[in-house]
Amino acid sequence: MIEWLAAVLLLLGCLFCLLAAVGLVRLPDTLTRMHAATKAGTLGAGLILGAVAVLFGDIGTVLRTFLVLIFLFMTVPVGAHLIGRAAYCSGIRLSSRTWVDHLREDLEGKDKSER
Amino acid sequence: MNLFLINILLAVGFMIALESFTLATLFTGMVVGYMALWLTRPLYGDDRYFQRFATIVRLVIFFIKALVISNLRVLRAVLAPSQISRPGIIRLPLDARTDMEIMLVANLISLTPGTLSIDVSEDRRNLYVHVMFLEDVDDARRELKEGLERRVLEVLR
Repeated sequence: MIEWLAAVLLLLGCLFCLLAAVGLVRLPDTLTRMHAATKAGTLGAGLILGAVAVLFGDIGTVLRTFLVLIFLFMTVPVGAHLIGRAAYCSGIRLSSRTWVDHLREDLEGKDKSER
Repeated sequence: MNLFLINILLAVGFMIALESFTLATLFTGMVVGYMALWLTRPLYGDDRYFQRFATIVRLVIFFIKALVISNLRVLRAVLAPSQISRPGIIRLPLDARTDMEIMLVANLISLTPGTLSIDVSEDRRNLYVHVMFLEDVDDARRELKEGLERRVLEVLR
């Protein structure tokens, strides 16, 4: 029973990691790619860690997987935010399907008022 | 936070009493200790610990639900990128004021797939969020504010 649960978690985790990799190739611009890369990756890693915790089940392993998960959840959004911001500020072209950009509006508005 | 410490001590005591040092016993000890503290709550003067505990549990459950749902949406977008995704960057007026609050809100928004915080305005009143599936600006704003931000502020304040 435990083995089956672990196997399902492991396979789901791998599926989300694969999804992250495919998304990195298929999505149109840097920002949408960041969505796939960081988030699906987090959930994938989380599920795989969950499988490890379920399979071993002793207090040491569970606490360590929990710790890994906490560190992942603390560092991943910071990295994603900084990469996204750096990409945006260096003026990457956004996907042609982007239809609202309040950040550009505000930045341009500020430029005009400074002049 | 004092009650939290007492709760942990009760759990450790529970483990010693049962002479069983496993995660399950620790967890049971925490639950039993929490219930004991809850029964005797008029003794401690303030019940912030119990309220805060409830808000944290609500935030975690909400967050896990959002994580799974939006991951499935990203999955659909990856499989058919041309059909579904209509991204956009929206301005989200913040109720969070301190750096700690803004950091937590921004990080949790970044963690949920489909939304990525790009920048904070210089006066710290707006957060710029890249939304992958943007159908309606006001709907997306309301969803982020009522969902994540309100719950984060409940936990912190």
